[in-house]
Amino acid sequence: MTIDPKSMSCEEFQSQLAELVGSGADVGNHPHIRECDNCRRLYQDLQTIADAAKQLFPDQQPEDDLWERIESAIKKGDS
Amino acid sequence: MPRTRFPKQTSEASAAPTVQEDNADQLQGPAVEVAKPPIPLSPDAEILARAQAGDHHAFAHLYGLHKRRIYSLCLRMVGNVAEAEDLTQEAFLQLHRKIATFRGDSAFSTWLHRLAINVVLMHLRKKGLPLMSLDEAMEPSYDDGPGRSFGAPDLSLTGSIDRLALERAVAALPAGYRLIFVLHDVEGFEHNEIASMLDCSVGNSKSQLHKARLKLRDALRQSLRKGGRR
Repeated sequence: MTIDPKSMSCEEFQSQLAELVGSGADVGNHPHIRECDNCRRLYQDLQTIADAAKQLFPDQQPEDDLWERIESAIKKGDS
Repeated sequence: MPRTRFPKQTSEASAAPTVQEDNADQLQGPAVEVAKPPIPLSPDAEILARAQAGDHHAFAHLYGLHKRRIYSLCLRMVGNVAEAEDLTQEAFLQLHRKIATFRGDSAFSTWLHRLAINVVLMHLRKKGLPLMSLDEAMEPSYDDGPGRSFGAPDLSLTGSIDRLALERAVAALPAGYRLIFVLHDVEGFEHNEIASMLDCSVGNSKSQLHKARLKLRDALRQSLRKGGRR
């Protein structure tokens, strides 16, 4: 049964939020979000976290001698 | 640093043979078999094919192409340089053992990423973390998941997050949640790619990512509350 987006409760909205966000829907303009401060704040927080994640843990290079260790293990038959 | 979307990088190698499209089926009259010249493999695919045939120099070249992303994944998952190097080494040793079994059903980089993920999860299991398999990583039964947010509005993150606090919160996530969060939000994989790597449904990937973000929000708000009390 489909719930009317305008009349859904916070619980109903939040139970659908993972799918809404994951499918790329325009959640910011969802009728429930427009009416509900609490769910709007929740959604904004989650978006803030997702945006901030892009700056986390930048790519790193392993030490140069790691290949020598791998090569040595291959030659010893460890692989 | 720009966000890296690994699967779209040109260095990806695939052993899948390339087939040249032509318009032969649009021609009228009896079908005629036309000999087509072989399509040369791309440089990356050629390196892969040579490595699969046991060429050590080609394997070294593959290591050079993929070491950064595999090491970065390991480091993001364990947060420790020495452990991350050991795991990278183990991943490439496993690759050396198994490379001949790669059949090109997925991009080589996706296949290698999956192999590395399994190495990391095995390591976490050995360390005694409650992770027995990818299935359990995806369905952490030891955790009821983060609380939702009903009732009165509470402390908000107000659009800005302390990066160090977020990195600490990510490091404290259960490994299954951390894995999905790292793959999607940090490394930029799409849900269908994650589902393929972890042998789960796209819906499961979306759901676990959502729970991971909810847990991070809980942790960050706790951190803000503690900061406010000082």
